[in-house]
Amino acid sequence: MSWGVAIWAATVAFGAAILAVTRPSAVHALLLLLAALISLGVGFFAMGANFAGAIQLLIYAGAVVAVFVFVVMTVDAGDKAMAVEREMLRHAWRWPAFIVSLSVVPILFGIGGGQMGDGAPAPVRTEDLGLLLFGEWSAVTELITLLLIAGMLGVRHLGRALGPRLREREPE
Amino acid sequence: MSALNILLVLATGIFLAGLFGVAARRTILMQLISLEVMLAGPALAFVAAGAHHGSIEGSAMFILVLGLAAAEVALGLAIYLHMRRATGGDSDAATRLRG
Repeated sequence: MSWGVAIWAATVAFGAAILAVTRPSAVHALLLLLAALISLGVGFFAMGANFAGAIQLLIYAGAVVAVFVFVVMTVDAGDKAMAVEREMLRHAWRWPAFIVSLSVVPILFGIGGGQMGDGAPAPVRTEDLGLLLFGEWSAVTELITLLLIAGMLGVRHLGRALGPRLREREPE
Repeated sequence: MSALNILLVLATGIFLAGLFGVAARRTILMQLISLEVMLAGPALAFVAAGAHHGSIEGSAMFILVLGLAAAEVALGLAIYLHMRRATGGDSDAATRLRG
C-alpha cells in the first residue's frame, strides 16, 4: 500500500470527524465517529503499521465504540433531545470556532518543505513492536497497565455509588 | 509538500475538530465523543511519523494512546451516567453541583 491511500483514508477520517462533532443526534455522531476510526485504521494499514491497524479496528472501533453504544442505549436520543441540542448548537459555535481557528495559525507556519516519501512505507514487524513494548519500554507499558487498573477501580466505585443514595434524591 | 506533512495537517485537523466539539457542545456524551476524536488525531500523527522514519516507536506510542483512550472512555462514561441522574447530562448544569 502507499502514502496516497493513507492520505485518502485520513481525509475521510477528517471529514467524518468534523461531521461527528456537529451532529445534533448522539447516534449519528457515534456512527460518524465509527466511520472516522475505521478509515483511520485503513490508513494505518496503508502506512505499513499492520498491528496498529488491527488494534485500531478491533479495540478502538470495536470495544470502545461498543461501550459508547451501551451508554447511548440508556440515553434519550429522541426528537425532543435533538431539538434541544440543535438549539444549543445554533448559538454556541462561534467562540469555540474562533479559538480553534487561532490554533490553526502556528500550524500553517509549521508546514515546510520536504520531499514526498520514496515509494511505499516499510511495514512494521509486530515482533519488533512487542520487543520494544515489553523490553525497552516496559516501564511505560506498566504505567499504562496501572492507568487501566485505576480506571477499572474508578468505574467500579462510581457504579457502586449509583445505589440508593442518589435514588432517594430523585423527585419521582 | 511531503506525504508526512499532509498526514500531519490532517491529524491536526482531526484534533482541532475534536477540540471544537469539546468547546462547542454542551451534552457530556457529545463532549466524550469529541474527546475520542481528539485522541484519534495524535494517534494518526504518531503512526504517520513512525512510518515516515521507518521506526516502530510510532506504533508503540499508538498502543499507549489506545490504553489512555480506553481508560478515559470507561471513566468518562461512568461519570456521565452518574451525573445524568443529578444534572441531566448537561455540562452547564454541572456548575451547580454540590456535596
